[in-house]
Amino acid sequence: MSYIPNIIFLILLIGSIGLFVSNLLKIRRNINLGKGETLEVNNSGKRFKNMMRVAFGQGKMISRPVAGILHFIVYISFIIINIELVEIIIDGIFGTHRVFLPMGKLYGILIGSFEILALLVIVSVSIFWVRRNVLKIKRFLENKMMGWPKLDANLILYFEIILMFLFLFMNAADAPFQEMEIGNPISGMIYNNLLVDIDNLHVLERIFWWSHIIGIFIFMNYLFYSKHLHIFLAFPNTYYAKMEEKGKLNNMKSVLNEVKLMLGTQDNDSGLNESSENIVFGASDVTDLSWLQLLNAYTCTECGRCTEACPANMTGKKLSPRKIMMDTRDRIEEVGRNIDKNGSFIPDNKKLLGDYISNEELWACTSCNACVQECPIDIDPLSIIMDLRRYLVMENSSAPIQLNNMMNNIENNGAPWPYSQMDRLNWKN
Amino acid sequence: MDNLNVKTFSECIEQGVIPEILFWVGCAGSFDERAKKITKAFVKILNKANIKFAVLGKEESCSGDPAKRAGNEFLFQMQAMNNIETLNSYSIKSIVTTCPHCFNTIKNEYPELGGKYTVYHHSQFLNKLMKEGRISVEGGNFKGKKITFHDPCYLGRANGVYEAPRNLIKKIDAELIELKRSRSKGLCCGAGGAQMFKESEQGRKEISSERAEEIEESEAEIVAAACPFCNTMISDGLKSDKKEKDNTKIYDIAELIANANDL
Repeated sequence: MSYIPNIIFLILLIGSIGLFVSNLLKIRRNINLGKGETLEVNNSGKRFKNMMRVAFGQGKMISRPVAGILHFIVYISFIIINIELVEIIIDGIFGTHRVFLPMGKLYGILIGSFEILALLVIVSVSIFWVRRNVLKIKRFLENKMMGWPKLDANLILYFEIILMFLFLFMNAADAPFQEMEIGNPISGMIYNNLLVDIDNLHVLERIFWWSHIIGIFIFMNYLFYSKHLHIFLAFPNTYYAKMEEKGKLNNMKSVLNEVKLMLGTQDNDSGLNESSENIVFGASDVTDLSWLQLLNAYTCTECGRCTEACPANMTGKKLSPRKIMMDTRDRIEEVGRNIDKNGSFIPDNKKLLGDYISNEELWACTSCNACVQECPIDIDPLSIIMDLRRYLVMENSSAPIQLNNMMNNIENNGAPWPYSQMDRLNWKN
Repeated sequence: MDNLNVKTFSECIEQGVIPEILFWVGCAGSFDERAKKITKAFVKILNKANIKFAVLGKEESCSGDPAKRAGNEFLFQMQAMNNIETLNSYSIKSIVTTCPHCFNTIKNEYPELGGKYTVYHHSQFLNKLMKEGRISVEGGNFKGKKITFHDPCYLGRANGVYEAPRNLIKKIDAELIELKRSRSKGLCCGAGGAQMFKESEQGRKEISSERAEEIEESEAEIVAAACPFCNTMISDGLKSDKKEKDNTKIYDIAELIANANDL
């Protein structure tokens, strides 16, 4: 009968990891609903370096020192404190207690540093909470951020604070550990002020221990529903990010085939394997986007640096690059639920373009790349804006009239204004 | 009048001369009244330095940038293919342009379509000429003047060129003042992505005014631009700004160099 806690632990462990993996596979399936666009740069060394610099090294976060440093504390603590999970899992499975304790002094140094980091996390996360809920920081106040996104952001902060407190209290309530006087710089202070009878302390210790690990299991599976997926997805996202100059907008291969046909320079071997009837020029829904754009959407943590830097947004236009990313994720998840329910996608008379993102937003973009520059994890909202515009123009012919005039001019006389190509050198005179 | 020495590529070939570089003038540089002055200023410098350059003249056509950014990939690729055919027919190897949009498109988007060239923005080319000792600049008219630089998106963020234009400003012995939002954080003028050719969407204000206000707060006497569209937008922004402190002047870096040299 003494194996009951071990069995319960194992069931919780396997169950939560299983749920986590199955949800992760669902995300993968949804991302793969995007087009299988090939990467234009196959330099894996360069990609790896970018991932190490931007995701692992937080290279782009520091441009905003306050948020950057606080975030770095939480990030590095997350990685380091999670080492303790190894011990917790071993203890849980085998019914041991602090299995690494025999390491002695080193164990004390480890747990002691975890405790200090835990305290730093509590401080940092509290400041984050104040920034989100008390200070009026503009990028957290956009319309799209009200409701679930705001609750989501706060829930993540609550999870983190509670887990850190549980970790500290779990140590504080561990009387034998406390009596050893190693590695308890923070929990020691709590222990000395506990108003609990020492005999009942071990019950409290068990409660904190179990709450802590169950909290971690819940948080792990909460990620799937939240914006917090960036803690994993930032890595593939920065690895697969665009390596070319930001100014380069992809040349559409489907269009190239048509243009070559028109110009009579079609190679015999290209473009014939795709039937041109199924080709959609540009994107009207998430399944017209590339897998990388959908990965971008899942990776977005809604920090709003993009929107804050957007010239259109700061001058009061409707465009918000963050909303573009959030809409894209909302829609891909809706499509995913549709597939879960029906086995395959049943048309729902909805589209990303129109039902989520309006033409007005799209036409306000100046393609200045400020949003791309600002994103701390290399998300590219501009590429989605451009693909939706492409659909509006090439499939819907619904460009603003002035742009149609501009394009007519280019077509007729090789300039965006109605001047004759024959007059191109007149400036000389 | 100005005694500009400008030849087209076909004229050069007829005369048996192979130009060392093509000057891609661009639509703004060819037709826009303000931008034509930039074109001329740049040509004056090229003439002074005895650069064997040529233009395409009537054979030049829009690079396709505004069509591409407006979403019309067909029109873009048609323009690109035709331009590449022209460029390749003259075996052109290197190109300089005063327009960051043409610069970006030809440099980054033409290669896949068969057009591989060494492409310079004129700020880079002028730096190169100075380094090679082919032009020299003394402070001249702008010595000690407070000059700020507006980073064009398609030169700065899009292609990572931040220092070349700043070097030129330092070369004319001016005091370079940085705007609050500069380099990779530079604020757009509002023209990119084909916005130049349409009314902006409903909002609180124009992007160009937002930028103009920042420039006016900077106490710069002159704002240096490096893009014909930025030039237009910022002039408009400065004009529409209601403050009567309307003495901030805008020059392209080519004009600064040309004026400094009293060309």
